Amino acid sequence: MSFETCKDVWVLIECFRGQPKNVGLELLGQGRKLAESLQQELCAVIIAKDVDEAVKASGLYGADKVYVVKGEEYENYSADAYGYAFLELCRKYQPNTILVGATVNGRDLGSKIAVSLRTGLTADCTALSVDEKTGDVVWERPAFGGNLYAQILCSETRPQMGTCRPGAFKKPEPVPDNRPKLIYEDIKTPAAAIRTRVIEFIEACEDNDIRIDEAEVIVSGGRAMKSGENFVLLKELADVLGGTVGCSRAAVDAGWMPQSKQVGQTGSTVSPKLYVACGISGAVQHVAGMSESDTIVAINKDETAPIFEVADYCIVGDLFEIIPALTKELRARNQS
Amino acid sequence: MNIVVCIKQVPDTTEIKIDPIKNTLIRTGVPSIMNPFDKNALETGLQLKDNYGGKVTVISMGPAQAQAVLREALSMGADKAYLVTDRAFGGSDTYATSYILSQAIKKLGPFDVILGGKQAIDGDTGQTAPSIAEHLNAVRLTHILDVKVSGDKIIARRQVEEGTEVIETSLPVLCTATKESNKPRYATIKRKIASLKAEISIITLADLPHADTTKMGLKGSPTKVRKTFTPQRTANGVTIEGSSPAEIAETLLNKLVEAKIL
Repeated sequence: MSFETCKDVWVLIECFRGQPKNVGLELLGQGRKLAESLQQELCAVIIAKDVDEAVKASGLYGADKVYVVKGEEYENYSADAYGYAFLELCRKYQPNTILVGATVNGRDLGSKIAVSLRTGLTADCTALSVDEKTGDVVWERPAFGGNLYAQILCSETRPQMGTCRPGAFKKPEPVPDNRPKLIYEDIKTPAAAIRTRVIEFIEACEDNDIRIDEAEVIVSGGRAMKSGENFVLLKELADVLGGTVGCSRAAVDAGWMPQSKQVGQTGSTVSPKLYVACGISGAVQHVAGMSESDTIVAINKDETAPIFEVADYCIVGDLFEIIPALTKELRARNQS
Repeated sequence: MNIVVCIKQVPDTTEIKIDPIKNTLIRTGVPSIMNPFDKNALETGLQLKDNYGGKVTVISMGPAQAQAVLREALSMGADKAYLVTDRAFGGSDTYATSYILSQAIKKLGPFDVILGGKQAIDGDTGQTAPSIAEHLNAVRLTHILDVKVSGDKIIARRQVEEGTEVIETSLPVLCTATKESNKPRYATIKRKIASLKAEISIITLADLPHADTTKMGLKGSPTKVRKTFTPQRTANGVTIEGSSPAEIAETLLNKLVEAKIL
């Protein structure tokens, strides 16, 4: 696509059962910043069966325009149907920049769009800015498990595309009186073009637990927990705090915790209000997944543990003494 | 069933350290390993072969030393190994890499199932495998737990954030494997010894006469690295002290309440 005709910053508002995922709304905040630098408009893109909630949220979080593709064939994600609709929109409206959440489906769709349009896609960006001279987005991302950061440019093709992890950015301030322009596009993906079919969906059940990527409080344990049974201590603290339990890769590798609870590079990226790291040394792989938390408390016996470099509150001590003391004190306060 | 598994040799990122004075990556002495998720993909391929018969081909793009992971794959049970290597392929981003691999797969195929890991632990993009599918216009299913075949239909379980999808599609298909997909098997001593002497076939640019060279290497890559840097960390946390665990707990909670976190 040509540099002259490509304009506006698009954000995919991914939905699950009619509800917009947070990552799309978070990206509206980043998209606004880019759109201002580029002096272009911020557009939300919604492809779903039920679109109303996502349209509402797109307006609330500041989109200037909302492109809506609605249809039965978009009930479940498929690269074929979503790709067909998204590419039709691209051909008609020619975006300059596309932001997509780095969810399982977002990464898949992003790859499909980028290859089809023969353009660049940068994965897992943690900071975005615009090079004012060239109009290129500067995509900043970690590599080698967070040991190295790179700035990536896509300067010869448009649109320029990137994915960003859920939780990497905060949702922008709501703009209740924003009235975006709604553009409904009647795009039907031919049935024959959709080669996959979801025949069943099994909900993730984690013993009524809060999912770690959505929890406001996470109490996380690492190698120093010594056993799976000891995670009960963390569960008790998490319960009084209204949160959930997470862990480092070491705890998963040892078989103490399921991988769904793993925070870090090969697990989930989280940004809760409060993250309590217990007996976690703070390897970069772990820190890459939790450093965006609002407040970090670290408890570790080793005062040189790198986790203390990212913690807001540092406790050098034995977690087996401190955690029960915290739980006890909190319970006492809750009762009074 | 004809199966191909894409594998990548990566530095073991858990072993990477930062030089505390120069603040640069220390790469020397870091072991190279088979990308862990690719090992799960290989196991998926080997299980398909165990269950339905066929042949498992492994392919890797990289420099000559990437042969080590191909030999490891052979020792686990792969039948044939190809190294995709050429100066013209150097500097490729995910677009160019996926294009080159798709051309190599086209040359070696047709395949019923193409497999890869959900992401590599060095770049962590998760883009290359689905992009290969796009270049080949193949059905792709990322983050697959398992694949069952009946006739020309397949049923796969796919993991997404909210749960597990059961998906029906037809062959050929490209799937990516995750850590939860399986537990990769160990090599047998016999296979290990045989793999040392096994022939690794080389695919260079000359072997891909129909491929579009403008989609390869640094020049064919839409994204370019502007600069790299190591993150600076500055410790500015508050240390909480006390004479007993109870006192420490009380002090911390007071601070959290004060800062309106609780």
